[in-house]
Amino acid sequence: MSDQIKDAIQEYATRLGDDSVVLGHRISEWVSYGPFLEEDIAYGNVSLDYIGRARMFYTYAAELANDGRDEDDFAYMRNDREYRNLLLMEMPKGDFAYSQVRQLFADVYYTLLLPELLQSKDETLSAIAAKAIKETKYHLRRSRDWVLRLGDGTEESHKRTQKAVDQLWGYTHELFDMDDTEQLLADEGIGVDVSKLRDAWLKMVSDILTEATLTVPEDSWAVRGGRTGYHTENLGHMLTEMQIVHRSHPGCKW
Amino acid sequence: MVRKVKGAMNEISLMPEEQYQRLQQRNAADVKELWDLLDAVKDPEVPVLSIWDLGILRDIERVGDTVVVTITPTYSGCPAMDNISTDVTKALNDAGYTDVKVKTSLSPAWSSEWMSADGRKKLRNYGIAPPEDAPLDEDGLTPDAHALCPHCGSENTRRVSEFGSTACKALFQCDDCSEPFDYFKKI
Repeated sequence: MSDQIKDAIQEYATRLGDDSVVLGHRISEWVSYGPFLEEDIAYGNVSLDYIGRARMFYTYAAELANDGRDEDDFAYMRNDREYRNLLLMEMPKGDFAYSQVRQLFADVYYTLLLPELLQSKDETLSAIAAKAIKETKYHLRRSRDWVLRLGDGTEESHKRTQKAVDQLWGYTHELFDMDDTEQLLADEGIGVDVSKLRDAWLKMVSDILTEATLTVPEDSWAVRGGRTGYHTENLGHMLTEMQIVHRSHPGCKW
Repeated sequence: MVRKVKGAMNEISLMPEEQYQRLQQRNAADVKELWDLLDAVKDPEVPVLSIWDLGILRDIERVGDTVVVTITPTYSGCPAMDNISTDVTKALNDAGYTDVKVKTSLSPAWSSEWMSADGRKKLRNYGIAPPEDAPLDEDGLTPDAHALCPHCGSENTRRVSEFGSTACKALFQCDDCSEPFDYFKKI
């Protein structure tokens, strides 16, 4: 494997790890605030799946970096500018409708992305995808059910869900952007060409929103920057909370 | 799939291919005594199941003086993995094997098919419905009803939550005996 490809895979694994840990942490913010006990536990479980996924991606990135860092260093010792997650993942938890709409957007994305990643020539990326696919089926069923229930629910729940869709829509364009690193890996059969997933994503999401009596927004604005380290103000605050314990006790094991 | 042939005689369980392969691997291993030894290591979340029963014990090898044990997580974020590694090391250390290495392998991804036949029985007796005790829905996921109640055997049950006390389980309730119970999801 050439150094260029190896560096690209390390960067790619870090990006996928960043997406997972940031979304996993956001979901975990619902723990103890769920609308009822079972839902609270469900959210905790989904969060754990994402954080576990992040750990697998980071472990691989650390192995490729081979500079003495481990997966915890990737999660806890990098600043917001070093994080490469998609902006959608870092948006605050908002109200319950907002979190579920974001979850739906992410779950549909992974439903399309993971089967492609499973085909990767890179055995580790493929193995992580194989594990995550099974979990994502359950995630999507849950977020879809909630969006249907909230969209086609009361006047208030419909209003809030539509508002969430409108507010988050502009952050979904970035999900399908490619840059040189990802293009290189896609050409090598290692990474996924996400630009090819947009049509299928739009179709699946539109069908669910329509069934939920919600309106699919027009593409009138888009925010980008996560993959280059330019984030919204939300990420810094989130990382502060997520990293405080680890940074206060560096190297601590229990 | 475990298929049960129902008749006048007792039920006969046919062993799924995955389990048969695992059993062959275990019986053929030149470190058979180590497999037996690790039967003592239980899953901390489901203490009636050994790591062999659950199917997360993948391989045991001797490399020089080192015992290399390979385990695989059930779910990506399974918090029990670190505990299990520690327990494996301790069990082997206590038996005099001082040099132990525990590796985690992601591929092939763990499947509930790997659970041993004995494990499934133990699970049911413990009050958790094993994966084959529910008819899966069209997507191959946990259905919203009719998992067999491990307490009274009724199929008049309904799903209360897709996600139970751990990532590997869903929560059901029996409408005959009214008991809630966990169902071990098929993945």
